[in-house]
Amino acid sequence: MTPDAPSFELREGSFGSSTGPIVRFENVGLRYGAGREVLSDITFKLHPGRFYFLTGPSGAGKTTLLKLLYLAQRPSRGVISMFGEDAVNLSRARRPELRRRIGVVFQDFRLVPHLSVFDNVALPLRLAGVPEEELIGPVTDMIEWVGLTLALDQRPSTLSGGEQQRVAIARAVITRPELLVADEPTGNVDPQMAVRLLYLFSSMNKLGTTVVLATHDTSLMNRQPDAAVMRLERGRLDDPTGMIRNPPEQRGRR
Amino acid sequence: MILTRKEQATLFAREGFGRARALWQPRVASAPLISQKSVAGPVPWVIAIMTALTVIAAAGGLALGGIARTAAADLAGGVTVQIAGPAEAEAERQARAAVAALVKLDGVTAVRRLGAKDREDLLRPWLGDMGAGAMPGDEDLLVMPELIELRVAGNAGPQSLDRVRAVLAQAAPDASVSADMEWLAPLQEAISALQWLAVALVGLLITATAAAVLLASRSALTANRDTIEIMHLLGAHDLQVARMFQKAAAMSAAAGGAAGFAVAQATILLLAGKFAALGPGNTAAGLRWFDWAALVLIPIAGVVLAGLTARITVLATLRRMP
Repeated sequence: MTPDAPSFELREGSFGSSTGPIVRFENVGLRYGAGREVLSDITFKLHPGRFYFLTGPSGAGKTTLLKLLYLAQRPSRGVISMFGEDAVNLSRARRPELRRRIGVVFQDFRLVPHLSVFDNVALPLRLAGVPEEELIGPVTDMIEWVGLTLALDQRPSTLSGGEQQRVAIARAVITRPELLVADEPTGNVDPQMAVRLLYLFSSMNKLGTTVVLATHDTSLMNRQPDAAVMRLERGRLDDPTGMIRNPPEQRGRR
Repeated sequence: MILTRKEQATLFAREGFGRARALWQPRVASAPLISQKSVAGPVPWVIAIMTALTVIAAAGGLALGGIARTAAADLAGGVTVQIAGPAEAEAERQARAAVAALVKLDGVTAVRRLGAKDREDLLRPWLGDMGAGAMPGDEDLLVMPELIELRVAGNAGPQSLDRVRAVLAQAAPDASVSADMEWLAPLQEAISALQWLAVALVGLLITATAAAVLLASRSALTANRDTIEIMHLLGAHDLQVARMFQKAAAMSAAAGGAAGFAVAQATILLLAGKFAALGPGNTAAGLRWFDWAALVLIPIAGVVLAGLTARITVLATLRRMP
C-alpha cells in the first residue's frame, strides 16, 4: 500500500469546515415491531474530523446504531440530526443526497458480486452521476491506495477476505464522505491486515473525515490513541449523559 | 476543508497525474449494474409468444372487419327484383316493363336484367345442368324467375325500396323487391361476433402478458435484491434504480416483441396468400397499411407495458426500504 492518500476531487464545504457536530442523537430509541427496545435513550454528538470507536459486547446494538448512522433504519423515537438536517423526518427524495455524504463499510462487505473491483469502487461515483472519463483516475488511484491495482478487473469472489474488505473501504471513501462508518471492518482479517486497514481509516481521518469504527478489538483501539470511544451495553450507551468519552489513556484503568 | 497551499499543490499534481494516466490506461470493461440476463429471465420468450398470439388475433379481427366492409360496400346500393309466379311469357313482359320503368326512376344508377344464361349460372350450383333449356321439352317443369339487378345511389334503405316497389306495382305486379344488404345481415352479425371474440382475446393476452411481466419483475427484483439494497444505501435515488430495471425489462420485451411480431407477420402473410389464392373476391381479406400500423403498435405496447410494470414493481419494493 502506498502511504499517501489518493487524489480525487474534494467536496466543497466538507471535512470539518463547520465547527458544530455533524451528527447529533437525542434520546434515540429503536424497537422492531412490538418488541422491546434494542436501543434506548441514545444521546451523543459526533464532531467533524474526529475518530470514534464504537465498542461493546456482541448483541449490544452496535450494528443497529450504525444502521441509524448510515440511514438504513429509522428510529422509533428521538431526534437524529445529520449534517444539520433532521434525518428522521427528512423527505424520501432528500435522503439519497444525505447518504452520499456518508461512506459505509459493511461487516459483510456487501460488494456487488458480478462487478469487477474497479466497478465496485466506481459505483458510488456512478450513482452520483460522475462522468466516466472523470472517474477513471480517482478510482484507479483509490484501488492503488488500498493495494489492489493488480486485482482491478477481478470479481470479489476471487479475492481473499482482507482484499474484499479493502475494496469495501475503497468504495466507502471514494466520494470523500464527511462521515465514514465501518462495522467490524477487522472482524474477518488477521491482526496484521487489521492494522493495515486501521491505517487506511486513520489516513482518511487525517484528511478530515469523521470516522466511526465499530469493533471489540481493544488492541486495535490502543493503536489509535487519540480516538474517542463509545461503549454500548444492552442497547444503551455506558454513560447516561451520552458524552463521547474514554480518552484512550484511560482505557487501561477501566 | 481548508487546504494549505502545499496540500493544494500536491492534490493538484496528483489529480493531474491521475487524469494523464487515465488517458493511456486500458479502459476497464464495465459490467452493467443490473445485468440484462438477471432481469430478463423468461420475459423475452413470454413476450414473443404473447405478441405473436395477440398480433394474429388482432389481425384476424381486422381482416374480418375488412371483409365485412368490402362486402357491405359492394352490396350497399344493390337491389334485386324477382318476378316469379306467372307464366314465362308474362314474366318476360313484366320484366321488360319493369326495366323500362326503373331506368326512368330518380336515384337509380344502373339496371340490368339477367339473361337466361346468367340465371342458369346462378342455379347451376344447386341444380347442376337441370336448368331451363337443358332438357328440351321440359320447360314447364321449372319456370326460371326473371331477375333484375339495379343499383341505387347511396344505401338501399327502406325509402329507396318503397319508391322501387311503387314504380313496379303497375309495371310488374308479380315483382318482389329485396335489398342485397338484407342477405348480408346474418353474415355481418357473425363477423361482428368474431371481431368481439378477437377483441376479447387481445384483452386476455395483454392481461396475461402484464401478469407474466409482473411475475418476472418480482423474480428479477428478488434475484437483484442485494444489489438494489447496496445501491440504495450508497445514495441511489429510487428512480435511478427503477430506471435500470425499466430499461432492462423494456430491452427484453423489445427483443421478444420483435421476434413475436416477425412470427405473426409471417403467419399472417402465409394465410393471406392462401385466401388470395381462393380468387379475386377474397383479396379483401388482406390488411390495409393502417391495419399493419395498428399491429405494429402491439409489440410497442408490450415494451411500454413491460417497462412500466418493472418500474412500478421496483418503486413499490423500494418504498418499503427506509
